[in-house]
Amino acid sequence: MSLSVSIRHSFGAFSIDVGFEAPTGVTALFGRSGSGKTTVINAVAGLLRPQSGHVTLDGRVLFNSDTNAFTPVHRRRLGYVFQEGRLFPHLSVRQNLAYGRWFAPREAGSAGDHVIEMLGIGALLDRRPGALSGGEKQRVAIGRALLARPKLLLMDEPLAALDEERKAEILPYLERLRDETDIPILYVSHSMVEVARLATTLVLIEAGHVVRAGPAAEVLSDPESVPTLGVRTAGASLHAIVAAQEEDGLTRLETSAGRLLIPRVEAEIGARLAIRIPAQDVILSRTRPEGLSALNILPAKVTAVRLGEGPGAIVQLKAGDDLILARITRRSALALELAPGADCFAILKTVSVAQTNVGGAG
Amino acid sequence: MLDALPDWLATALSHDEWRAVALSLRVSFWATLASLPLGILVAYVLARCEFWGKQALNGLVHLPLILPPVATGYLLLITFGRKGPVGAALDEHLGIVLAFRWTGAALAAGVMAFPLMVRAIRLAIEAVDPKLEQAASTLGASRPWVFATVTLPLILPGVIAGAILAFAKAMGEFGATITFVSNIPGQTQTLPSAIYSFLQVPGGDAKAMQLVLIAIAIALTALFLSEWLGRSVARRIAGS
Repeated sequence: MSLSVSIRHSFGAFSIDVGFEAPTGVTALFGRSGSGKTTVINAVAGLLRPQSGHVTLDGRVLFNSDTNAFTPVHRRRLGYVFQEGRLFPHLSVRQNLAYGRWFAPREAGSAGDHVIEMLGIGALLDRRPGALSGGEKQRVAIGRALLARPKLLLMDEPLAALDEERKAEILPYLERLRDETDIPILYVSHSMVEVARLATTLVLIEAGHVVRAGPAAEVLSDPESVPTLGVRTAGASLHAIVAAQEEDGLTRLETSAGRLLIPRVEAEIGARLAIRIPAQDVILSRTRPEGLSALNILPAKVTAVRLGEGPGAIVQLKAGDDLILARITRRSALALELAPGADCFAILKTVSVAQTNVGGAG
Repeated sequence: MLDALPDWLATALSHDEWRAVALSLRVSFWATLASLPLGILVAYVLARCEFWGKQALNGLVHLPLILPPVATGYLLLITFGRKGPVGAALDEHLGIVLAFRWTGAALAAGVMAFPLMVRAIRLAIEAVDPKLEQAASTLGASRPWVFATVTLPLILPGVIAGAILAFAKAMGEFGATITFVSNIPGQTQTLPSAIYSFLQVPGGDAKAMQLVLIAIAIALTALFLSEWLGRSVARRIAGS
């Protein structure tokens, strides 16, 4: 399963020239509002016909400007989850869910019950969209897209219209979707938290052009992507296994770099997690600090340093098997003589690990 | 039909007067029903499609609203009359004659009511979020299916309002009807034509007033029916 996209399109003075490959898993298109992400996803969906380029899914040509091929949107068999849900107000939840199945070719087996169970929407079936909360609407919208048995799932900022609580409610469902189905997902977002938790492949878009693309872990831990990701939100992830639930409200994790304590997360012992570590939450020290309130001190080795144009610097560290980023001042980077190969300690306050930064890792 | 009426009603109005009322109801019913599919189609095209000549189509649809009704009736007469290009062809090939028949009255009423019907339905279509239609197409529905399963159910209150508005307009149509199909009692004499006829003879005022009261009753019934239908459909759509 793979999607190949290469499109060029211009609206007045703004032009888009984007090309990328999306393998199985979640491919996130990340960029600021107005960078052209939605145009790209709409071109893949067939809601927009680009001026030139091609879109190919598993060898099936959906669009090719050279041969004038263009598959209309209703024949592409893609599931599209929009930012605002777009449930049909005159139909019940059950009828909304069944809508796409109506037009899908009849194939053996029905994934219906599994999808309804996975999304936790069984109790809503007889309600009308008007009587659902924002989070419930989005879950039904995801179910409706999945039940059309799509070859590819498109999601355009599906969580952007929800508050933090609702986001936290839906993110685990999206992780299950990524880990339990083999449908490739194209996910448009400008939220670092969502991208870090969900993406397996990351495409960074700036002003209509791809500035960086590759495996998500690689792109997120690359100091060169930080300007696009945003200095305040950039950060890489540590992979961890739940070791114990402590009595004082903390969860103890084991990472390849050592022990990590975070505020209690509801997960079973042995569960695999990915903990996003925002670069600006990390403090660096050349010697192991003592008498410090921060509970997490991980030994690490500097692998790259990127001095910014302002007062900041981004340091890439190898902590165990994972690469993480630390955002410090240029002054500190120079004073501590941080250069590739230097040993240091990465210090992380336990309470700085927000619940939304803790995700499942297949 | 006339035999089934209560005695007091049957004696209150003469045979011809009842025939005028019944004819008006029949003319308006068929005028509305026959023009409804075309009205929905034209409203959809005007609301959702961009094409060369859209303004011309819009103007043509609205012409009966802004022309003097007598002019519309005259245009119908020279087009659909026995010697008119369309009328002659219909007579020759299908044996259909419109001029001076009740069917012609229905055509005149339908044409005159058409702009009102299209306007009401077009407003309803424009109020439907095209994003819902897009969502339906991403789920595999072709354009006709999107219309049948999403657009049409959502515009149903507007369609009902448009149809009843058109019915009421058809009931009141006078100028184009009398020009196109004349005022023949029992054949083309509709309610307004009958009122007009009574007003032309000395002592006809009382009869005219009776018909006016009937016209008011029919108009109010149609209005309440449309309000009630529209509300109940809107409630069903909103799902509360």
